[in-house]
Amino acid sequence: MIQIEGISKAFGGLQAVDSVQFTVERGGITGLIGPNGAGKTTLFSILAGFLTADQGRVLLDGDDVTGLPPHKLFHRGLVRTFQIPKEFSRMSVRENLMIVPPAQSGERLSMSWLRWGKVKREDRRIGEKVDEVLDFLNLTHVADELAGNLSGGQKKLLELGRTMMIDAKVVLLDEPGAGVNRTLLNNIRDAIRRLNRDRGYTFCLIEHDMDLIAQLCDPVVVMAQGQVIAQGTMDEVRADPLVQDAYLGGGVSGRGVSAITEADVARTRGAGGPGEEAGDGTDNGTDNGEEEWRP
Amino acid sequence: MELGGLLTYGVFFLTQAGIYAVLALGLNVQFGLTGQINIGVAGFFAVGAYTSAILTTSVTPAHLGGFDLPFLVGIAGAVVASGIVAVGIGWVTMRLRSDYLAIATIGIAEIIRLTLKNEDWLTNGVRGVPGIPRPFVETLGTDPLISLAVILAFVLLAYWLVERARVSPWGRVLRAIRENEDGVMAAGKDVARFRLQAFVFGSGLMGMAGGLYAHFIGFISPEAFLPLYGTFLVWVMLIAGGAGNNRGAVLGAFAIWMLWSATQFMTDALGAEYATQAGALRVLLIGVLLQVILILRPQGILPEHGRKGRR
Repeated sequence: MIQIEGISKAFGGLQAVDSVQFTVERGGITGLIGPNGAGKTTLFSILAGFLTADQGRVLLDGDDVTGLPPHKLFHRGLVRTFQIPKEFSRMSVRENLMIVPPAQSGERLSMSWLRWGKVKREDRRIGEKVDEVLDFLNLTHVADELAGNLSGGQKKLLELGRTMMIDAKVVLLDEPGAGVNRTLLNNIRDAIRRLNRDRGYTFCLIEHDMDLIAQLCDPVVVMAQGQVIAQGTMDEVRADPLVQDAYLGGGVSGRGVSAITEADVARTRGAGGPGEEAGDGTDNGTDNGEEEWRP
Repeated sequence: MELGGLLTYGVFFLTQAGIYAVLALGLNVQFGLTGQINIGVAGFFAVGAYTSAILTTSVTPAHLGGFDLPFLVGIAGAVVASGIVAVGIGWVTMRLRSDYLAIATIGIAEIIRLTLKNEDWLTNGVRGVPGIPRPFVETLGTDPLISLAVILAFVLLAYWLVERARVSPWGRVLRAIRENEDGVMAAGKDVARFRLQAFVFGSGLMGMAGGLYAHFIGFISPEAFLPLYGTFLVWVMLIAGGAGNNRGAVLGAFAIWMLWSATQFMTDALGAEYATQAGALRVLLIGVLLQVILILRPQGILPEHGRKGRR
């Protein structure tokens, strides 16, 4: 679906993304994890066309889409959400979703002046779609509220809702669970899962909540200091000493992440170990009432 | 002042306020809907005024033309000329952050004013362009009420164009751009295109206002397009009336123009020996008023969202 081939990006002297290479498979939910500053969001921004890579290529369904602007990628079905929701605060929730469908005839000024009937009819159809999405996300009761008045979690749902307004093929979710309470988080998780299963959405998501990652994602790709240091199932990456190193603060053990070779990448290991910050959190799983714990 | 004089003044007042209403509506497209900061309103106003003047005056060696064309052609020319200038500026600035647009527009407005002042062959320089015909003067005569009716008709037209645009999907995208540009990009819209369209549309309306002004006053010179009248007052009107709300923009234009006119009566009372100070005092008063509005009612008299606009 998305092939990422040797993407690099530097900001001044900081190598934010360094020769990253992996594939987001069609129909899957790929997790992208790593400590803060690992370059995950930068990579997302490059994939969605918000930043230009210094090197490397991005292939979408085999086509080279490197360097295309966001709106062109959007029309190819590649959609992103943001870590900090980018809602349109002084517009209603409904309007936030009405914006999304592409090529609305009313987006041409002349049409709004001369063919108002047609524009209105089209808007009514889009409105029906909005009702459906709001219903799916349990946001119907706040439809006419200004989006700026929503809670943090509801804004995250709204972000997800925006991707549902078109037939997205690949959705890049940047921390859909950050700062969201448990109930709403379950809501978001279920929505992602249903979109994946019932509507065939491919997801790639960045998340720090290891519960959510473990419940949803396979495979999981781990980044640290701009590089991919491991990928595999959650269990596999959790057991990887490189990953443990990265989460404990690379270099503590005397072996910097920068010393990792190609051979290290994508390797899996069986030897788990105690002291792995992220994995411990997972095992204690807070109020997780889910049966289907692992794919 | 006896009744006749008062009526004449009333007509004069409403006509000028109407011209300002068109300017405020134009700025509302740019600032109110899209969040663009155009500090060069006077420049587009001037381009429109001079274009229409040159197109409609009789042939003269004093400046380019005139071409003796009808009033409506003059106004159309005014809209097109300002629109073209806006495309030029927009082309270079639309991809930049809005702060740069603000800086660019200040500069451009001054360049336009200085060009009008110095290119004698084109504009007759500081001596200005006289003899601009009143709207429909040949068929309807010179009654000021006719001019007022024509200008109010243009206010209605401008209002309709902007209001329809605001509630359309096009306006929805603009408002979204104002709120969060990245979000709009992520929703697959070509943000630069929408911003350019909004900028050109707003500037075209400002040009239309310029054309109306030229025909109403009958004489224009570069002095009429100083930033104080052409830009600053328009901003105060839009902010006072309610940025984002078209009825607010029109209301603001009439209300602020009334206040501005009232300060003239007030400062006239100071006497001729204080004329300079009185002029400065008027500007000071409007400036203070703007501060008061921004502190006490930043959303304006008619806020964009009515009761829902709580923040």
